Amino acid sequence: MLILDCPYCGVKAEETELQAGGEAHLKRYGPGSSDEEFDGYMFMRKNPKGVHFERWRHAYGCGKWFLAARCTATLEVFGTYPAQTSAPPADLQAKIKSKRPNWEGYK
Amino acid sequence: MSNAVSALQGKSAVGFATVTEAGLQGMITLRGDLKSAKLKKAVKSAAGVDVPAARRITLKSGRGAGWMSPDELLILVPYAEARATVEALSKALADDHHLVADVSDARAMFRIKGDKADQVLAKLCPVDLKTLADGELRRTRAAQVAAALWQSDKGEFTLVSFRSVADYVFGALELSARSGSELSAS
Ligand SMILES: [Zn+2]
Repeated sequence: MLILDCPYCGVKAEETELQAGGEAHLKRYGPGSSDEEFDGYMFMRKNPKGVHFERWRHAYGCGKWFLAARCTATLEVFGTYPAQTSAPPADLQAKIKSKRPNWEGYK
Repeated sequence: MSNAVSALQGKSAVGFATVTEAGLQGMITLRGDLKSAKLKKAVKSAAGVDVPAARRITLKSGRGAGWMSPDELLILVPYAEARATVEALSKALADDHHLVADVSDARAMFRIKGDKADQVLAKLCPVDLKTLADGELRRTRAAQVAAALWQSDKGEFTLVSFRSVADYVFGALELSARSGSELSAS
């Protein structure tokens, strides 16, 4: 079972109170972009076995979207943070790096 | 004027705890900047209480306010006063980005009473009720639908759901409260 702390209301939310929103920190490509760029934005996802950044919505709670870093293999949660950012917080990245020395970064 | 009725008109069921649909209750959704002085003042005069801290609900003689999200409150007033309260809030906040909506007839309220009332909810909600603080408003799900709940008295919880699922919620609460299905003696 996955438990994530909602960074907006502080509730320790259990998986069934949340709605998964897929990979976080996608760069959006819209009108004017090339077919390859749009194709990549639309369809290509990392789907790693290991460190993953995801969007989650506290659906049965405060209703806010937030971001979470977790390990898809062990379900270890590294942290959650508000969605008003284009990159994971530096301290969270450092924490992940110390726990997963081979991690190549979120990009 | 039509004759207003609550979703289940006070329906009640007795098991190891008593489940009752609470009847007509004035409920107002207020969204806006909860930190603004103007909103704080408007809430104080409409609900008689200060804007509650995160995840808290404050009630005082039938009126009050609950924190629903960083930009949303649930204002509780007597049913007959809901419309006037909406007007007063709208007027006070007219110049600010906000939303006020009378949701009294779009919600249903339930009371779960008894020494083991928490067990009725523990079976339906993924919440550790032992850690529920005094005056904490917890939004969660009750079985398969959204709900907000708080401990409204010793041995009494209040739960709010959407009116459209009132019958479902009552059925889930009634089933969960059936005698013989207690989780433990305490
Ligand atoms: Zn939340």
